[in-house]
Amino acid sequence: MTPPPPPASELLWHAAAAACVKLLLVPSYRSTDFEVHRHWLALTHSLPVARWYADETSPWTLDYPPFFAFLELLLSFPARAVDPVIVHLHRGLGYGAASAVLFQRLTVVAADCCLVYAARRLTRNCEPGKGRLIWVLVIWSPMLLIVDHVHFQYNGFLLGILLLSISCLSEGKDLAGGCLFAILLCFKHLFAVAAPVYFVYLLRRCFRGGLARGIGRLSALGAVVVAIFAAAYGPFIYHGQMQQVIRRMFPFGRGLCHAYWAPNFWVFYIVLDKVLSFVLRRLGFDIQTPAASFTGGLVGNSSPFAVLPQVTPLITFIMVLLALSPCLIKAWRNPQPKDAARWIAYAYTSGFLFGWHVHEKASLHFVIPLALTAVQSLGDAKHYFWLSIVCCYSLFPLLYEAQEYPIKVLLLLLHCMAMFLSFFVLFDGSARVKATASESRTGDESGEKRSLGLAKKGGFTIGWITKCYLFGILLVELWGQFLHPYILGNKLPFVPLMMISIYCAFGIMYSWIWQLRSIVRGSS
Amino acid sequence: MEKKKAKKTAHVGDAARAGAGADADADAPWGWLTNRGLVPTFSLISLFGLLVRAAVSLHPYSGAGTPPKYGDFEAQRHWMEITVNLPARDWYVNGTLNDLAYWGLDYPPLTAYQSYVHGLFLKLFDPDAVALFASRGYETYFSKLLMRWTVLSSDVMVFFPAVFYFWIVYNRGRSRGGERCDAAWHVAMLLINPCLILIDHGHFQYNCISLGLTVGAVAAVLSQKDLIACALFSLALNHKQMSAYFAPAFFSHLLGKCLRRKNPFFEVSRLGLVVMGTFAVVWLPYLYSTDALLQVLSRLAPFERGIYEDYVANFWCATSVLIKWKSQGFLYGLLNSSLPFYLFSFQVHEKSILLPLLPASLLALDNPSLYKWLTHYGLLSMFPLLHRDGLLLPYITLNALYFLLYHVPRDKRVSKVTGSSAAYPILSAFSVCCYFGLHLIYLTMHPPEKYPFLFEALIMIFCFFHFALLAIYTNKKQWTLSKHSMLLNKEKKII
Repeated sequence: MTPPPPPASELLWHAAAAACVKLLLVPSYRSTDFEVHRHWLALTHSLPVARWYADETSPWTLDYPPFFAFLELLLSFPARAVDPVIVHLHRGLGYGAASAVLFQRLTVVAADCCLVYAARRLTRNCEPGKGRLIWVLVIWSPMLLIVDHVHFQYNGFLLGILLLSISCLSEGKDLAGGCLFAILLCFKHLFAVAAPVYFVYLLRRCFRGGLARGIGRLSALGAVVVAIFAAAYGPFIYHGQMQQVIRRMFPFGRGLCHAYWAPNFWVFYIVLDKVLSFVLRRLGFDIQTPAASFTGGLVGNSSPFAVLPQVTPLITFIMVLLALSPCLIKAWRNPQPKDAARWIAYAYTSGFLFGWHVHEKASLHFVIPLALTAVQSLGDAKHYFWLSIVCCYSLFPLLYEAQEYPIKVLLLLLHCMAMFLSFFVLFDGSARVKATASESRTGDESGEKRSLGLAKKGGFTIGWITKCYLFGILLVELWGQFLHPYILGNKLPFVPLMMISIYCAFGIMYSWIWQLRSIVRGSS
Repeated sequence: MEKKKAKKTAHVGDAARAGAGADADADAPWGWLTNRGLVPTFSLISLFGLLVRAAVSLHPYSGAGTPPKYGDFEAQRHWMEITVNLPARDWYVNGTLNDLAYWGLDYPPLTAYQSYVHGLFLKLFDPDAVALFASRGYETYFSKLLMRWTVLSSDVMVFFPAVFYFWIVYNRGRSRGGERCDAAWHVAMLLINPCLILIDHGHFQYNCISLGLTVGAVAAVLSQKDLIACALFSLALNHKQMSAYFAPAFFSHLLGKCLRRKNPFFEVSRLGLVVMGTFAVVWLPYLYSTDALLQVLSRLAPFERGIYEDYVANFWCATSVLIKWKSQGFLYGLLNSSLPFYLFSFQVHEKSILLPLLPASLLALDNPSLYKWLTHYGLLSMFPLLHRDGLLLPYITLNALYFLLYHVPRDKRVSKVTGSSAAYPILSAFSVCCYFGLHLIYLTMHPPEKYPFLFEALIMIFCFFHFALLAIYTNKKQWTLSKHSMLLNKEKKII
C-alpha cells in the first residue's frame, strides 16, 4: 500500500517558516539590483509604455522582457500607497528608506508563492518521503535565500513558473507546459537557453499520434505561443519600439565574463591563455599584451586573449548548441515526460558552462530543477548533494560584507546537513527493503552475507573523492578569508575570487559530464 | 494503577511500532531529522537556532544612535572599555577614569571578567572601540558586528552546550520514534526561545551566559551531580545577581537531598565549600579589604533588596526540604520560585521574564501549553521595549516562528505532545483578541497628553493578570505533584 502524499498544510508550514527567516533578513546587504528594481517600479509607474525602453533617467535601464515590466507596473501601485517617493522617477533615485526596503523585500517574499505552488503541484502524487525532500530542497534552498532575499532578485518567482512548466510536461500536459515556458520567456529571456529542448520535445510529442493530429496539436501550440508573445510585445510593435526593446534586452558592450568570473568553461580558457602567454614569453616569443579585457566590451577587432583564438558571442552560441545536441537527439528519439526535468536542467547547465557573459547566479537555473531528479535514484542524490554545495559556495562572493558571513555559512551548513540526513533516510529504507527481499529469495548463509553487503552499499554514502573535493572548498575558503589577508595583505586581491571561480568550475564541469552521461545512457 | 496500565499499553504499542519502525520514520514528517540519533538532531536544530540569531543580529540594538545616554549596547561596550583599560580593583570604584554615573558596572564580577575577555577581542580588531573616554558612543558597522559576535560566541560556548547536557539527561531512555520526535520539538523550544533571542541578539545583553550556567546546574541536579550543580549555579549568580530568583529552589532542593543522606552534615558542608570556593575565586580581586567588598556589593544593590522582600516564593521551597521531589518537582520549584520574584520584586526589568521562562522551557515537554502561554505573554510584556529599539519586525517574525515551531506538523499517532486545548475557550478567545488589539492600539494610536504611558500601562496590567493566573496554575500543579509524591512515600512506607 503506497502511503498517501504529504498534506498541503505541511507545505504551508515550510513556506511560512521560510518566510519568517526571509523577513529576518530584511536589513541585510542589498546589491544594486535593489535600486534597479526600484527604478523599474518608478519607470513603469511614471512613464507611458512607449517610453519604457527608451528612458535614460537612470543607468539601470529596463533590460527584461515586457511581462516583467508589467509585473513592476502592477507592484508600483501598492508601492505608491506605501511611500510615493519609491515610484517617483527623479526623487526616488537611490532611495533606500526603510519603507522602500521593507516593501520590496515583502514583494519578493510574496512572489515566492509561485514557487510554493509549483512545489505543491510537483509533489501532489509523490511518496511522502520524496515529496518532503523536494520541498526542503526547493523552498529552503540556500541559493535562493542568498540571491533573492539578501542580494535581491525575483528568481523564486521565475523558477516557480519554470517548475510549473516542468510539472505540466512531466504529467504529459504539453500545451500547458509549452504555454508556461513561453510566459516565462516573456518574463526573463535568459531562460531561452532551454528553448531548443522544449522545441524538439514538444514537436516530437505533437506527432506521436499521427500526422493529422500532430498538425492540429502543433497549430494549437503555435497559436498559443504566438498569442503570448503578441500580448507581451504587441504594445511595443504598435509604438514601433521593437528595435529599441531588442537592443535593451541584448546589450552589446559586455565582455565574455562578468566582473567576477562565473565558474564556467571560459574560466579554464582564460587561465590557459594566461599560462600559455607566460610560458611562451619566457621561451622568447613575442606575445603582445591584449588591449581589450575580458570583462569589458568587444573593442573593435581586438581580442582580450594573448595566445588563444578570440571568442565571440557566435562561437559561444554554437558551443552551447553543440553541447545540447546529444540531449536534443535523445529528446527527438524518445520524448518521455519523466525525463523532461533532467533535459531542461542539462540545457541550463550547458548554457551556464558555455554561454556569453554568464552570471554566477545562473547556476540557480539548473540546480533547482535538478532537485526534482535528486529523489529519483541514489546516483542522482549523490550527484545533487555535492553539486548543490559547490554551486551554493560559488555564490558566496555575492555577499562580500562581514555581517552576512555567518548567515551564508550557516545556510550552507544547514542545507548540507539536512540533505545528508534526509537522503540517508530516503535511501536507507529502500536499501533495507532490497536486502530483505534478497534474503527471502536465497535464504542460505551466502545469501545473507550478500544481502548484508547490499544493505551497506545500498545506502546513501559519500565517496572519498567527493569528500576530498568538498574538503577542498573548506581550504579555499580558509585561504581566501583568513590566510590571504594575513599573509599577502592587499597584494593580488583578485586571487581569492579567482580560486573560488576555478575550483567551482571543476565541479560544475564534472557535473555537466555526469549529466550528459546519465542522459545518453538513459534514466532507469 | 492508571500509570501501570498506560505503561503496559505503551509497551504493546511500541512493539507493534518497532516492526514498522524504519518505514514509520521515513513517512513521519520529521523522521529524517530524528533517524540518526540525538547528536545530528541537536546539531541541525542548533544550526537553525544560530541562523535565526545571526539574522536577528542584523537588526538595530538598544539605544542605537541616541546620544547622550544610548542604551544597553553602549553600557556593555563601556564595560569592555573600563575592564580592558583599568586594573580590576578600580572597576567598581568611582574615580576620574571611571565615572560610575555613566553606565557604571552593576553586575557581579563574572560579568566584568566576561567584559574583559570580550574587550580584548574588540581591542584586537578595532582598538578605537574600547579607547578610554574617546570611545563613548562609538558606533560603527564593524564595532556593532564585533559586539554581536561576542554574544553569538557566548551563546555557542555556554548556552548551547548546557542545553545539550540538560536535553541528554532529560531524554535518557526515550529512543522510540515518536518520542524522538517529541525530543526534537523540545530542543527547538529550548533553543528558539523568542524572548531570549530578541533580548540577547536584538536589544543586546548576555543573558545566555547566566541562563546557560543555570541550565547546566539544573542538568547536574537531574543527573545527581550536586557538586557540579553548586559550582555552576554559583557561577550563574556571579554573572547576574537576578539568578538569585532561583536560589530558594536550588538551596532547598539540595538541602533536602543532603538531609536524606547518611551523613547530612558532611554533605551540606561539601556543597557549602564548593559554593564558597567558587565565590572566593570569582571575588578574589575584591577580598583584600572589606571596603572593596562592600563597594562592589553596593553596586549590586538591587540584589540585596530583592532577596529580603519576597517570602511568597518560599512556601514550596520550604516544603521541599521535607518532601522528596522528583525532577519534575524541582523544575516546578524553579518556576514557582522565580515567578513571584518577577511579579513582586523591586526594580524589575521586563527582561526578567526570561528567568521564569527558563524552567518553563525545560518543562515544555511535560506541559507545553504552559510554556506557550508564558512565552506569548512574556513577548507582549517586552513589546514596548523592543518597539523602542526598532525591533518590531524581528518581534513579529520570531513570534510567528515560535508559533509555527510549537505547532510543527507531526505524526499524531506517535506523538505525546498534543495541541493545546483551552480549558475556557471563550475566555481564551477574548484574551487573544485583547492580545492583538493591544498591539494595534500601541502601533497606530497616540496616547493622550495627560497619560503618555497609558498604553504601556495597559499592556503591563494585561500581562500581569496573565502571569498571576499562571502563578496560581503552577502552584496548583506543584501542590498536586507534591501530594502525589507524599502518597507515594506513604505507600512505600506501608509496603
